[in-house]
Amino acid sequence: MTLNRREFLKWVAASGGAAAVAGCAGTDAGPGAAKVVVIGGGYGGATAARFVKLWAPDIDVTVVERNTEFVSCPISNLVLAGNTELGGLTMSYEGLRKRGIRMVRDDAVSVDPAARQVRLAGGSTLAYDRLIVSPGIDFIYDQIPGLQSTDAQNRVLHAWKAGAQTAALRKQLEAMRDGGVFVFHFPTAPYRCPPGPYERVCQVADYFKRVKPKSKIIVLDSNPDITSKAGLFRAAWKGMYPGLIDYRPNSELADVDVKGMTVRLTFDSVKGDVLNVVPPHRAGDIAQKTGLITANQRWCGVDWLTMESVAVKGVHVLADATLSAPAMPKSASMANQHAKVCAAAVIALIKGQPVNQQPMMMNTCYSFVDGKNVMHVASVHTYDAAQKTMVAVKGAGGVSDKASELEGTYAWGWARNIWAEALG
Amino acid sequence: MRIAMIGAAMIAAGVAVPARAQDPNHARNIAATCTACHGTEGRSVGGIPPSLAGQSKDYLLQALKDFKEGKRAGTTIMHQHAKGYTDQQLELIAGYFSSMKAGPGAAAPAAR
Repeated sequence: MTLNRREFLKWVAASGGAAAVAGCAGTDAGPGAAKVVVIGGGYGGATAARFVKLWAPDIDVTVVERNTEFVSCPISNLVLAGNTELGGLTMSYEGLRKRGIRMVRDDAVSVDPAARQVRLAGGSTLAYDRLIVSPGIDFIYDQIPGLQSTDAQNRVLHAWKAGAQTAALRKQLEAMRDGGVFVFHFPTAPYRCPPGPYERVCQVADYFKRVKPKSKIIVLDSNPDITSKAGLFRAAWKGMYPGLIDYRPNSELADVDVKGMTVRLTFDSVKGDVLNVVPPHRAGDIAQKTGLITANQRWCGVDWLTMESVAVKGVHVLADATLSAPAMPKSASMANQHAKVCAAAVIALIKGQPVNQQPMMMNTCYSFVDGKNVMHVASVHTYDAAQKTMVAVKGAGGVSDKASELEGTYAWGWARNIWAEALG
Repeated sequence: MRIAMIGAAMIAAGVAVPARAQDPNHARNIAATCTACHGTEGRSVGGIPPSLAGQSKDYLLQALKDFKEGKRAGTTIMHQHAKGYTDQQLELIAGYFSSMKAGPGAAAPAAR
């Protein structure tokens, strides 16, 4: 049969042959198999690839990822305190290869939605029937004149993508004198990992308390208040790290003076020994180049039944890059849930089966307040057909009563299992 | 069968699916929300949180209902999650995991 998959489906549609669709599903991806290409091998992309293959072994799945290894953002704040090693958060893509998923180490530079092709930096192209784009975030440096150069960006780190920046920030903290000041700025919501900044404050505080007790942390939060688990974080800071953390809400960033090691706010300037500035984010570059960004020049609108882009047909967008539904965080848990709703829908669309009209998503975010004690925020989200979006289920979800070692055990269990879902 | 055929043709043609079209994998898709913590197909890497695959349906459903109704002591998070699902959904979840084969979860491979 020389028809490609799309032509075949058109033929099926024309002839109304549902039985023919069922008949063509084999056990393994052959030369005529439908093709799913995934851009990005993070929590969204790797999980989507794994579940398309798990649930439909006859579909040909390819992941394009620029890095050779997966590094987990969740848990990576612990590296800053020396409470864990980056190596333990670093995993290979070998598990996906073993399951018959093709891993292409390259950079996707453009997408041609009409021809259904992805062009790679290496020069080759990949054809797809359905494309899943899970590019994560890229940073918006436009409004920070002092951080335009690569050199400046390498000195004042974000460490908001786990990996080399995490290790570098750990080194800066280790090199800092006792009695030094760590200045940490982060953007207004929505940003990746709502409780993440406050967990980072706990981790750096834990390190200072143990190793450099004369040191201080100045938290320059762009938001009017702590955006997640506020009561729990306030209690942890007051109870565990008294006098160590100076929290300043509504800290609007004006610029960063790298030479003078100063963060300039609209009405103030704050000098430090180590500066950590997380710029505002938007969907990753390939989403922008593909025309997937539909909201505030930052985020990609999706149909929540399928995760298909509202702007480009045949292209699905996952995780942090999406325009989040109300009360939905940009988190690894949510990326995992997006990925599975998307995998199920992509398979259904390819096979001509009904798409799930009642998708559910669940969020669990654990935060470490020191090396062992952990607290969570949880929520459950269901599709609202009238509003055509995911909404948080009323009465469900919530936060821990207090941080505990028991939840620390669960947090590591969550990590091992969500890593396995993506890569195992 | 006729409805299924029309539905399939409409999806293939990119037409909105009527709400009555039943997702044949509904139980699997709802249960997949649990597996970020409990392991793919309910087989937990390291056994914490516990594996659900191959447990009896009655046991799982009772536990989920007890979580939902706040009857289970010592819970940290499950009571908050269980409240997010209808009783019918909890039944589908329990049925799905009880039908899965028990066994150890496959861990993500270390990079080095």
